[in-house]
Amino acid sequence: MKILKSILILLFVMVAFTSCKNDKSNSDNNDLALYQCPMTCEGDKTYNEPGSCPVCNMDLKPIQKSTKTLSNNEISDESIFNLTSKWNTEEGETIQLEDLKGKTLVMVMIYTTCKAACPRLVADMRNIEDQIPKENLEDLRFVLISIDPETDTPQRLKSFAKENFMDGEQWTFLQGTTTSVREFANVLAVKYKQISPMDFSHSNIISVFNSGGELVHQQEGLGVDNKETIKTILELTSK
Amino acid sequence: MQTILRLATRILFISYLSTAYCQSKMVSIKGGTYTPLYGRDSLKVTISDFEMDVYPVTNNEYLEFIKKHPKWQRSQVKKIFADGNYLFGWISDTELGGNQSLNAPITNVSWFAASNYCECQDKRLPTIDEWEYVAMANKTMPDARQLEDYNKYILGWYEKPKTFNNSIGSTFKNYWGVYDLHGLVWEWTLDFNSVLVSGESRKDVDNDSNLFCGSAAIGATDLMNYAAFMRYATRGSLKAKYALKNLGFRCVKDISK
Repeated sequence: MKILKSILILLFVMVAFTSCKNDKSNSDNNDLALYQCPMTCEGDKTYNEPGSCPVCNMDLKPIQKSTKTLSNNEISDESIFNLTSKWNTEEGETIQLEDLKGKTLVMVMIYTTCKAACPRLVADMRNIEDQIPKENLEDLRFVLISIDPETDTPQRLKSFAKENFMDGEQWTFLQGTTTSVREFANVLAVKYKQISPMDFSHSNIISVFNSGGELVHQQEGLGVDNKETIKTILELTSK
Repeated sequence: MQTILRLATRILFISYLSTAYCQSKMVSIKGGTYTPLYGRDSLKVTISDFEMDVYPVTNNEYLEFIKKHPKWQRSQVKKIFADGNYLFGWISDTELGGNQSLNAPITNVSWFAASNYCECQDKRLPTIDEWEYVAMANKTMPDARQLEDYNKYILGWYEKPKTFNNSIGSTFKNYWGVYDLHGLVWEWTLDFNSVLVSGESRKDVDNDSNLFCGSAAIGATDLMNYAAFMRYATRGSLKAKYALKNLGFRCVKDISK
């Protein structure tokens, strides 16, 4: 009977622990962080978990990791590379945004069946590209993300790219999912809604990101003066 | 044999209890067709059946969530996902502020945090259309939008300060069995970014002109339009990383067929 009881307790504990989904990878990450009293009441003593200092009761502060400058592999807090969703390219590859790291990114949200604003947005993108010298293009990617992932399959994006003479290395088209597209639009503060099965209304925003994925500049509207945008891109791509 | 059987039933019961503990209470909402006040150019929209949380997510529930998901703790959260007001007033990463009660709705959370919370429970945020559909009910009718006292109640609340400190369930239970859609906190919706009323939208190609103009006519449904307009305008002014004092959320779930 005793054994049975202990089995029961063991099972109960197991069930209780597994019943809520646990973010394993995250807590592992957290283990690496060290915390310390901001007043250093206990000298150099560090803690593995957040909490409060037993001496002065102040919140423990996470210790900045040894090097302050971000190494090439680290992603800053404000980077779009923090988004971990997967995207299909017009070439049929599956990528994460982080795979675009290292390039300056010019991004816009469109959909290929769009008759009104998108052709002009696409023209704006080409117009920007025209004004960038060849040597800068190497470190640059123009990324067009579809807000209509159901219609805009990789094949469709590919033929759209060809029709619009945007099939070069520097152009990338992305198909996501309804969820990842909404998340991405929210990062860009782009608004959109489906107004009929074929049509969306959406904000016309072209966003420029540095090679670390941090937003540097946004241009709003159609056919607006793109001087600022080009200036930003040139600054980011010339070394 | 009997002991094994008894053991098995007990385990089943216990696992049932513990899942019930993690999932907050929901009620099912019967879908239907209705005309939202704004947002879809006054066309009818059809809502499928779904389940909705009876109450907004509480401070306590959110606290449990961030204990398991440290990436959403105040000191860990990425700036791209939440602004500086995220969990404003909390004493530490896992302690509420002194004047915040466990049973009050969680506020000062961003859209990213709210969405992720729901996802982790296998749920999602409600769409604007779903939220408005359930919220047009009063205690006895699924659509009370034409009633004066329904509208007065909502507008009365919009004038009341600091209702975010009240406990969940402190307002009325509506036709569907859902509490606190009006009277406690404003709530995030999945597609809040589909409301195109921000400054930039004037430059957009946007068929949403009746958001301002068409509905501006003075008529019997003025109060109702005004209350709904406030909600749409607020949604239109939000950004996903904003964390506001009077903005919380609840989750919904599709009914699998």
